[in-house]
Amino acid sequence: MTGPGFWKGNEAMAEAAILAGCRYYFGYPITPQNEVPAYMSRRMPEVGGVFLQAESELAAVNMVFGAAVAGARAMTSSSSPGISLKQEGISYMAACELPGVIVNVMRGGPGLGNIAGSQGDYWQATRGGGHGDYRTPVLAPHTVPELVELTLDAFDLADLYRTPVLVLSDGLLGQMMENVSFPDPGERRRAGLLRGRELPPKDWALTGAQGRPPRLIRSLLMGPGELEKHNFHLAGKYAAIEKEEPHAEILECGDARIVLAAYGSCARVAKGAQRRLRAQGIRAGLFRPVTLWPFPQRDLADIARTVDRFLVVEMSLGQFIEDVKLAVAEEKSLKQVKLGLIAKPGGAVPTEEEIVAQALEMLR
Amino acid sequence: MSRKTLFARTPGLKAVPTSYCPGCGHGVAHRLMAEAVVELGARERTVAVAPVGCAVYGYDYWNFDTTEAAHGRTPAVATAIKRVLPDRLVISYQGDGDLASIGLAEIVHAANRGERITVIFINNANYGMTGGQMAPTTLAGQVTTTTPRGRDVNEAGYPLKIAELLATLPAVKYIARGALHRPALIRRSKGYIRRALEVQEAGLGFSLVELVSICPANWGLTPVAATQKLEEFMLPVFPLGVIKDEAAASAPAAAETPPEERA
Amino acid sequence: MAFRVKVDPALCKSCELCVPACPKKIMIITDSKNELGFKVAGCTDARQCTGCLACALVCPEVAIEISKEEP
Repeated sequence: MTGPGFWKGNEAMAEAAILAGCRYYFGYPITPQNEVPAYMSRRMPEVGGVFLQAESELAAVNMVFGAAVAGARAMTSSSSPGISLKQEGISYMAACELPGVIVNVMRGGPGLGNIAGSQGDYWQATRGGGHGDYRTPVLAPHTVPELVELTLDAFDLADLYRTPVLVLSDGLLGQMMENVSFPDPGERRRAGLLRGRELPPKDWALTGAQGRPPRLIRSLLMGPGELEKHNFHLAGKYAAIEKEEPHAEILECGDARIVLAAYGSCARVAKGAQRRLRAQGIRAGLFRPVTLWPFPQRDLADIARTVDRFLVVEMSLGQFIEDVKLAVAEEKSLKQVKLGLIAKPGGAVPTEEEIVAQALEMLR
Repeated sequence: MSRKTLFARTPGLKAVPTSYCPGCGHGVAHRLMAEAVVELGARERTVAVAPVGCAVYGYDYWNFDTTEAAHGRTPAVATAIKRVLPDRLVISYQGDGDLASIGLAEIVHAANRGERITVIFINNANYGMTGGQMAPTTLAGQVTTTTPRGRDVNEAGYPLKIAELLATLPAVKYIARGALHRPALIRRSKGYIRRALEVQEAGLGFSLVELVSICPANWGLTPVAATQKLEEFMLPVFPLGVIKDEAAASAPAAAETPPEERA
Repeated sequence: MAFRVKVDPALCKSCELCVPACPKKIMIITDSKNELGFKVAGCTDARQCTGCLACALVCPEVAIEISKEEP
């Protein structure tokens, strides 16, 4: 069944990739994203694409590398431990400037952890994860419809900037079912994160040196100063992304006395808490980054001009809060700010009640 | 009077000196691969994947589209390239660390899936690039920088015979092991490489040519002395020949190019 | 019919593999050094060359080119 309706997150995301023109999926089973390879194994042949269950997550990301080398849109998905395995491949893709989409349906960690949705991979996603000076755009949906939209955007951003892009889902989003109507991809190119910009031709892809000199894709740069130069070239790209691509949802922060900060599934609970606080007459706002890298630092700093209380809610031990601090500190000293944290690692999920209680405590 | 060239550099190789040690087998292997690609008329249709190892710079010498791959992942990268561009000739070129150690899962599974790629595997019984450490192909008793007392099979296992191992897989259609140090063996190795590429072109399945090579620098020998050591110690463990050719009936070999026309 | 054995001195690395390969024993390492400091190989007497290509086949640098003059 394709088309609008009640869709499970993992499957909707897979269908969105197909809509985005992805015709190569390489993956390996790991809970809680097994619906993705299963769906792709059925669906890819229907659209003339390739589904390949790779021998490991490591092999799968290197297949994405290969498909990108050949000029194709390709994707892999996994969950936290499998994403750890992919870090080498992601570093290589970033270094070689290859586009591709990697989806992390986060679960509890570290180690084997558990299979519940969690947000423990924030640092892994936003601080690199693999070796070397590189960054990858990270998109964090909080609903299944947004997961669909951001998956479409991910392929476009990857091609626009010649970079791997991470879509940060989690076990909750992956497993839940919501009402989805798939946007027309052309429409989404105009209305979504691409904002109607033109995608450059892939005149670097390896297709066979017919009537042209051979092309080379590599990241080994041993000559004096070569690698330094390449790193600064990448830095220029990342600076452009930081300028053009941050995106956040900001709810009722203009008059707020306290602002909740949350992303992904956790933001759904935070939204509920923010509505409850408002219903009680408390002027609460919500800051929800959609791009975790580039972090919407300016947006949050602007909010910090008039807000002195921030309650960070994350399904991790205190990773996301670091970026909140960095952003707030752009505007004022952290000593002038009351910063609360609800940390829910290991698959635990916050409740609206506890968020409300802590917010009220902070306002006392 | 006219002059006729009997042997010259193939257009499949760039006219540059290599960074390989004097006598290194990579130079010969590169040449055979490049000649075979050109003879099949496929230079402009070839996409090669270079390994991590001494041949990481292969792309400086091969005159076709080439990509780097992370160590050991060459077969996975090659798999995807071939799936995206099935009518191109896709070659994965690897050494014994890349293929037989860190990349063992990738090569076994690419072979088992019967990926229509051709793998050229250089076996010189050690890790050259990093200074001569033990490889999975290192011989029992062989001294390397990580087996200073000689490889002890009770601790470090036995040399891996990749060609025989992969030949057990049904989707592997052609496996041969050749050598690079004597003219007759070199000609035969060239034939193996051409056959392997023909198997790919015919879409029959996975093909691999293992090439036993000297590594004079890390064996601590002159190239000539190294060839003697190779014959004495390596060939008994890694016998030469066609180990599997299931393509014989369905893909008759193309006619051998006469020496006079080889340019 | 005369064969010509041309060694490109810039490419030769003095590995000496061509020396025992030649069945006529006419390949040697000369005293002439190239820019890299390698003593380059050379053919002592091309009149004895049979055009077997052994030296060219074993050369890892593809430094040897063989041609023949035809009347």
